[in-house]
Amino acid sequence: MMGNVVSLDSIFGLGELAPPAVMPAAPEAASGCSSSSCGSSDGPADMDPAVWEKVKNHPCYSEEAHHYFARMHVAVAPACNIQCNYCNRKYDCSNESRPGVVSEKLTPDQALKKILAVAQEIPQLSVIGIAGPGDSLAAAGKNTFATFEMLQKKAPDLKLCLSTNGLALPDHVDTIAQYNIDHVTITINMVDPEVGARIYPWIFYKHKRWTGLDAAKILHEQQMLGLEMLTSRGILVKVNSVMIPGVNDEHLLEVNKAVKSCGAFLHNIMPLISDPAHGTYFGLNGQRGPTAQELKLVQDACEGGAKLMRHCRQCRADAVGLLGEDRGEEFTADKIEAMGFVEYDDEARRSYRDHVEAERAGRHASKAAAQADVRDSVGAGVDPILIAVATKGGERINEHFGHAKEFQIYEVGPDGAKFVGHRRVDQYCEGGSGDIDTLDGVLAAINDCTAVFVAKIGGCPSKSLADAGIEPVDRFAFDYIEESALAYFKDYAERLGQGVVQSRAGQDAVIRTGALTARRA
Amino acid sequence: MAYKIKSAECTVCGACEAECPNIAISLKKGTYVIDPAKCTECKGHFDSPQCAAVCPADCCVPA
Repeated sequence: MMGNVVSLDSIFGLGELAPPAVMPAAPEAASGCSSSSCGSSDGPADMDPAVWEKVKNHPCYSEEAHHYFARMHVAVAPACNIQCNYCNRKYDCSNESRPGVVSEKLTPDQALKKILAVAQEIPQLSVIGIAGPGDSLAAAGKNTFATFEMLQKKAPDLKLCLSTNGLALPDHVDTIAQYNIDHVTITINMVDPEVGARIYPWIFYKHKRWTGLDAAKILHEQQMLGLEMLTSRGILVKVNSVMIPGVNDEHLLEVNKAVKSCGAFLHNIMPLISDPAHGTYFGLNGQRGPTAQELKLVQDACEGGAKLMRHCRQCRADAVGLLGEDRGEEFTADKIEAMGFVEYDDEARRSYRDHVEAERAGRHASKAAAQADVRDSVGAGVDPILIAVATKGGERINEHFGHAKEFQIYEVGPDGAKFVGHRRVDQYCEGGSGDIDTLDGVLAAINDCTAVFVAKIGGCPSKSLADAGIEPVDRFAFDYIEESALAYFKDYAERLGQGVVQSRAGQDAVIRTGALTARRA
Repeated sequence: MAYKIKSAECTVCGACEAECPNIAISLKKGTYVIDPAKCTECKGHFDSPQCAAVCPADCCVPA
C-alpha cells in the first residue's frame, strides 16, 4: 500500500536499501569553499541559518522540504474582496487542481477536527495554510484567525501560514504576528496600475467598489504596504505572481525587483490557468497561458533578484498531502464527522522529523561532493541539460515511469543540479498496460528533456522515448536525484565530446495545468 | 425596500454576509438569503448596498 505519499516505512526502507549515488568520499572537495557549501552541512549555503530554520520543514517555502513534508489547506475563507480575471470559484470538480477550487467549505470547528485527524494519519504534515477559496483576510479574517487560535493551542508543532491578495493586509499585520504566523504569501501580479487594470475588474475597499486604474492603484499600494509591514516584523513573505502572456509577462521582472527591495523572501511565478471550461474571464476570452519555455525564460531572467520558487503545484484551496498530490478525498466532512473524538499525539510527526534531519546532514555534503566532481571534470563550455525524474518523494528516483503523475524537472550543468519545475501528465500505465495516446502527452510534457530518470520502465515506452530523442535511464533506480543527475551529466558531457549524443537545446514543452487526481493505490 | 440574492448565480462565497450592516444576510439550507424585514439597502450606513457592491457574482439585486 504505497500511494503518492512517502510512507514512513518506505522512506526508512529505502534509506537502508540505497546509499547515496556519490558518497562524500572526498571531504576536501566538499569543504572546498568555492561557490556553494562552505563545509557546513546544517543548511543550504545560500540561506541565512535563521531563515533556514524557519523554512526547512515548509514544503512551499523550501524546495528541499517539498520532497519530505506535507501541507494542508483548510477552506474556511470563502469570501473575497476583489475580482481577478483568472479566477472563478463557482465550479468545483474533484478532478480539478487549481487555486480557488474546493469541495467543501469548513467552519473553524470543522477545520480543527479535520486538521487533527489528518495530522494523525500523515506524519509528514508540517504546515497548515489558509488559502481561500476566497481571500483569507476578507470578511475581517474572522474564520482564519479563529482557526489559527484553536490550532495554536491544540497542535503547536504545526506551522501556520496564510495566503492573501494583500488588499486587507495592512489592517491585519498585528493579528498575524500575534498568532505566530511566520509565513505569508501575497499574490502580486503588478507594480504598475496600468497593468493591474487589465487583471482586476474591481476591488471592494472602504465600503465601496472601485474599478479601473483607481482599483489597481489602491490594491498596489495596499500590497506593498502590507509586504513592508510584514517583513519589518520578521515574518517571511513569499510573493506569488500569475504569468499572463501579453499582459504582465515582461512586467514580472519589475515586480521581482520591487518585491525583493521590500524584503520578499521568495518569488513564485506561476503559469496562468486559462481553460475555457473553468469559466474565468481570461479563459472565456481566449487569453492563453505560457508554454514551459516562456515560463522558464521569465523565471531565469528574474534569477539574481528575489529567490525564485519553481516547485509550486498551484494547489486547490483544500489540498491535503505532499505537493503534487491531493489526498483530500480521504478526509471529507462525512468521514471526519464519523471519526468521533480525534486523539492528538505528535509522536509520529516528531520521529519523522528526526529521521529527515538525520538524512539531511549527509545529503548536503554528498551533493556538494558530486557537484565539485562535475565542476572539476566537465568544461564550462558544455550547456546545461534538463532531466525529467519520476519520483514519489524523499529526493529519490523511486517511481515507475508508467505510474508517474508528474515528472520533476532538474537542470544540470557544470554549475550543479537544480530543480527547475514539474510537469503534470496522465498516468501512462493504468492497471498494467500502457496507453499509447497518453504516452504522446508524456512526450509533449518532457520534450525539452535530454533524459528521463525512472525506477523502472517497460520496453515499449522505453523505445518511444528513445525514438523521440529522450534517453530513458533506469540505472539510478532508488538513488538520490541530484547526485544521479550530476553523475549522468558527467557521462553525457563525455559522450557529447565524442559526438555520440546530440544536444536537445531549443526544444519547448507543453505545460499541463489540468486535472491532478492522486489517490492511494 | 430590500435586496435579494439570486440563488442560481450565488457562489455562496459569504462576502455579503460580513459586509451587511444590518445583519440581514444568513445562510439557509446551503444558500445565502436576505431578510427583507431587516434590509434597508444600506440607507443611512453607506452610499450603496454593500452586498451588491462586494458580490463577485453580481447576484444581489433589488427585490
